Amino acid sequence: MTTTSHPKTPPEIGGIGHSIRRHEDARFIQGAGNYVDDIELKGMLHMAILRSPVAHAKILSIDTSEAEAMDGVVAVVTGELMAQHNLAWMPTLSGDTQAVLATDKVRFQGQEVAAVIATDSYIARDAVSMIFVDYEELPVITDPRQAMAEGAVVIRDDKEDQTDNLVYDWESGDKDLTDRAFAEADKVVSIETHYPRSHPSPLETCGAVADVDPITGQVTVYMTSQAPHAHRTVFALVTGLPEQNIRIISPDIGGGFGNKVPVYPGYVIATAASLLIGKPVKWVESRTENLISTGFARDYHMKGELALNSEGRILGLRSEIWSDQGAFFSDAQPTKFKAGLFHIVTGSYDYPAAHVIAHGAYTNKAPGGVAYRCSFRVTEASYLIERLVQNAAYEIGMDPAEFRSLNFIKPEQFPYHSPTGFVYDSGDYEAAMRKALGIAKYEELREEQKAAREEGRLIGLGLASFTEVVGAGGSDEYDILGLKMFDSAELRIHPTGKAILKLGVRSQGQGHETTFAQIVAEELGIPVGDIKVVEGDTDNTPYGLGTYASRSTPVAGAATAVISRMLREKARKIAAHLMEASPDDLEWEPGKFSVAGSPDKFVTIQDVAFAAYTNMPPDTEYGLEGVHYYDPPNMTYPFGTYVVVVEVDPETGVWNVDRMVAVDDCGVRINPMIVEGQIQGGLTEGFAAAAMQWITFDEDGNCIGSNFMDYLVPTAWETPRFELDETVTPSPHHPIGAKGVGESATVGSPAAYVNAVIDALAHLGVRNIDMPLLPDRVWSAIQDAKKG
Amino acid sequence: MFPPAFAYSAPESLDEALATLTNEGESARVLAGGQSLIPMMKLRLASPAHLVDINNIPGLDYIDAANGYLRIGALVRHNDIVNSELVTAHNGAIASAAPWVADPLVRNRGTLCGSVAHCDPEGDWNSVMLAARAQVVAQSTSGERVIAIDDFVVDFFTNSLEPGEIVKEVRVPKYAGRGGGAYLKLERKIGDYATVAVATQLQLGEDGKISEAGIALTAVNNKNTRAIAAERALVGEEPSDEIFKEAAALAAQAAEPESNVRGTAEWKRNVVSVYTRRGLEASLAQARA
Amino acid sequence: MQINITFNGTAQTSDVEPRQLLVDYIRGTGATGTHIGCDTTSCGACTVLVDGTPMKSCTMFAVQANGKSITTVEGLKQNGDLHQIQASFKEKHGLQCGFCTPGMMLTSAALLEENPDPSEDEIRWAISGNICRCTGYINIVKAVQHAGEQLRNS
Ligand SMILES: Cc1cc2nc3c(=O)[nH]c(=O)nc-3n(C[C@H](O)[C@H](O)[C@H](O)COP(=O)(O)OP(=O)(O)OC[C@H]3O[C@@H](n4cnc5c(N)ncnc54)[C@H](O)[C@@H]3O)c2cc1C
Ligand code: FES
Ligand code: FES
Repeated sequence: MTTTSHPKTPPEIGGIGHSIRRHEDARFIQGAGNYVDDIELKGMLHMAILRSPVAHAKILSIDTSEAEAMDGVVAVVTGELMAQHNLAWMPTLSGDTQAVLATDKVRFQGQEVAAVIATDSYIARDAVSMIFVDYEELPVITDPRQAMAEGAVVIRDDKEDQTDNLVYDWESGDKDLTDRAFAEADKVVSIETHYPRSHPSPLETCGAVADVDPITGQVTVYMTSQAPHAHRTVFALVTGLPEQNIRIISPDIGGGFGNKVPVYPGYVIATAASLLIGKPVKWVESRTENLISTGFARDYHMKGELALNSEGRILGLRSEIWSDQGAFFSDAQPTKFKAGLFHIVTGSYDYPAAHVIAHGAYTNKAPGGVAYRCSFRVTEASYLIERLVQNAAYEIGMDPAEFRSLNFIKPEQFPYHSPTGFVYDSGDYEAAMRKALGIAKYEELREEQKAAREEGRLIGLGLASFTEVVGAGGSDEYDILGLKMFDSAELRIHPTGKAILKLGVRSQGQGHETTFAQIVAEELGIPVGDIKVVEGDTDNTPYGLGTYASRSTPVAGAATAVISRMLREKARKIAAHLMEASPDDLEWEPGKFSVAGSPDKFVTIQDVAFAAYTNMPPDTEYGLEGVHYYDPPNMTYPFGTYVVVVEVDPETGVWNVDRMVAVDDCGVRINPMIVEGQIQGGLTEGFAAAAMQWITFDEDGNCIGSNFMDYLVPTAWETPRFELDETVTPSPHHPIGAKGVGESATVGSPAAYVNAVIDALAHLGVRNIDMPLLPDRVWSAIQDAKKG
Repeated sequence: MFPPAFAYSAPESLDEALATLTNEGESARVLAGGQSLIPMMKLRLASPAHLVDINNIPGLDYIDAANGYLRIGALVRHNDIVNSELVTAHNGAIASAAPWVADPLVRNRGTLCGSVAHCDPEGDWNSVMLAARAQVVAQSTSGERVIAIDDFVVDFFTNSLEPGEIVKEVRVPKYAGRGGGAYLKLERKIGDYATVAVATQLQLGEDGKISEAGIALTAVNNKNTRAIAAERALVGEEPSDEIFKEAAALAAQAAEPESNVRGTAEWKRNVVSVYTRRGLEASLAQARA
Repeated sequence: MQINITFNGTAQTSDVEPRQLLVDYIRGTGATGTHIGCDTTSCGACTVLVDGTPMKSCTMFAVQANGKSITTVEGLKQNGDLHQIQASFKEKHGLQCGFCTPGMMLTSAALLEENPDPSEDEIRWAISGNICRCTGYINIVKAVQHAGEQLRNS
């Protein structure tokens, strides 16, 4: 394990920099995790959903009589019934509307049409197959440009003011300045590529157990939620129920990756059913339901151009994208930015001009647009710029590494104001790249590549030097449905010196119970084992916007550090009181205050905690507890360089990763072991995107990629054996210098894999292959290049 | 996901199983490893009324070499084949295919005979069996019959068993003289069915010429298919790069793949050709070793 | 139908519908450490040991477990102590969300029974029927190696 940041606390305390073994593991390794599907309540009923088999159709009739007559069936819910309670539609996180159960039309294959509530899950599924629906099929649109064509059928005719399929037009940057840069360019390099639709597909699917108490009106919903507080508010808005009576409990989550950010119809139907029937109702998706109906990601058709001068300096960037939003616009992203943070597309490079145009369109595909292990479309952006840069290097005739080096933003330029309005907090891109190249032995690899080519073997070296932007938000710019993207931490130090930390975010495997305890340990010197971390219960944690877009450490982590420091200041006063000294004369080292100059005279944080409840100075409030809501002054900008080495079989197009070197800089690493784990997971998903993982549709809108036989998730066998290292450039504005890391690797790595395959074929003139790089696509590219 | 309801019996002898199958007629299905049938039932692509589970029948899990055949009983799991030295010693194509069937957990349960019976054109075993000139031993209450694999594999998910018949054993003739075989499979990941795969088997005569050749293709036709013209081109020839290339080209002609999400037809045909050539090279190397 | 199973070492008799999947049966007894991650026998989240051999319990009927011994994650502990594979998964950070972990550990434990000193390739091959969406497998491999080492030394 590599660490270049040295812990300041001893291992017994276990603050920042220690690879503390995870507290949460004890239950997981014993099969005692408590996931939604593990919840059993007295009298609980089971729900199954009937979904549309077609992508676009008018519903002529729904016959539920046979299903209703079956033994064990308690109720069949249709859109009509939901409409009677004003619940047939719900708002999306992007301020659009989405059908909970279809009333008029179905608009994508897999859309929710009816639900059965039964005494047992087998019966519920059996009954679903006994509901008969008459559909009148309508023309199907599966591509955003097709959606925008003249005369295209209007998908969202449920919306009064909607006369076409446009969701939004959005732009960023300075068009005139950018046009001038292109006018002055010696060379223009362009690329057109599709970042295919994919799905986060955590191993646990989505689900809920809704429990409405008919007497008290208390609504408790256990659900797979990455953002329980925001979901409570959405529930209150959707149902009109008083918010204090709604309690969202997000128990252990079996992976999220963005899939569990939106509110899904299933949650709402289960809750409505529980409300109507007066019994708890459980709904758990099958994998197919998960893949065909819940939040997809990407599906960006992108064009990018770089203006270059003859020396290889980038002068400007232009980009236009068409986003396939599916049937309902439900990206979970900041209101102000329709294309998420795609405008970070200028990347790790310094140039004055950029202009980005984005169009979003409705299609007959599942809604979503979630930030799949990514900060709101940063993955697409990072992919585009890193592909462009690689191709630009070929056109200029420079080595891709040297080309990057020439154009990188330099360390002394931080904070760096990007042409699309971001303020990059800190970075040393050159250092990270040099380190990665060194580990890979880049020069030698280039020699090997040359020699191999002589023998007819195709070896390729791909780089990606990504910059990510994570940790939304900054309340001035970032909100979801008006809820500002701050986050919170409530710390209570008990009389015996043990502590409980309550957070508004929700771990889905990231190890919050350990990492956040380490922040408290660092700041207060309380041993990490004495700190319990609680998340995911809206009745028992302070309000927060949740865990996605790598925002937990940047925002909730900062809130934890700040509240710890606030309590430390209070502790200082108590310590002074106990030692009859002036607070200003006390020195702090993790775990104790001592009087300056006489280190033998000290009190421990535990002494102080006890005093906080037993012996307080006059005029001081009792207790050592507090809550802080942290509104970040800026985002954090993790970065790094990935180097991939591949060999392509020229006869079949099959390619294999020989090496994958990843140097990440996410600022200060709180728990290096956990950080590395996050990176390893992300690199795997990046590999999956590059190699095999995608969802596509036939022209009738049938989803191809609707189960794990077709939607390919790599196993241990295919997954490359990553070599990890780090540089550490702290974030200057984050209280502990940390940046988010959960997603860097998914964001940064796809381009590295693809660049490597392109590099293997570059001498033939190949410049682009769309992901996933299936062997037939690679082979065809070789054939086409040979034909000239 | 789970199947619709069905009746279930778990006979403890082959006779009992055959009797139940005969009595229940068309509505009954044999349940062997269940690694194809149960997934299909869960997705409700199959809904047999009666399952006859053969897993409790003793004496069907044998791999042996007798009377000139390598014999594999109905309850031999894919993983038993992976671990069998007897198989490795007797048949290169079977040995090289076994590790690439499904994934390790599925291999612990799925059976070779079940897979042969299933006749999934993307399944691996029938290509291997076609190349190795296997025979299927079918049994019913009225006795046993031996079916050449070419006659057994009829079509897409269709075999030539009569109602009431069970595959009791699949057997392949031992090499006459020096032989070798290989199975090359292009799959997208572990647990994936073949996108394209080619089984090859060569036998050499005293004179070093090819005395017998077997080539069969997976996932590129509506059933596992022998590349007969390619086989014929090889027989009687001195092994050489040229003749292997010619056979490879003929094998590609025997493929009628579809373009789909796994790849274009043109590319699949190309892979057939490349894998046939490489498979023949590997088979030859093994025969000569 | 009545079935008799030795479940984590304890004999139990139950009445089940033939179509009930083994995984649903197991979870129905309250042992919810065995998970369901797919509909197509692809993920291995449901892996249990059937007479010591790892199998996907979503692709077996409960009736087929009649007369067999089934071990789930809840049965890994021995005499109240963690099985070495459990300890090693924690020590080497072989899990994140924990959803694949029970199946992954059972497959790994079975591998170590057969092969106490597997190479990295052998481990990756053996666990290739179990999908982990979180870890990228590196630390799972390390956990299995670590467990092997500890078991060999003990
Ligand atoms: C995730 C996954 C991946 C897979 N990948 C592959 C792969 O890459 N290659 C491959 O070849 N296979 C693959 N399979 C299928 C697997 O090999 C099955 O084991 C095999 O196809 C069927 O064997 P079984 O014993 O499980 O048969 P079952 O599922 O029990 O039966 C299949 C069919 O054959 C009939 N049958 C079974 N045994 C007999 C018998 N003795 N006599 C008469 N009829 C019988 C049954 O009635 C049924 O119709 C995969 C399966 C899964 C779940
Ligand atoms: S649940 Fe996925 S293999 Fe059993
Ligand atoms: S730890 Fe989450 S799936 Fe493996």
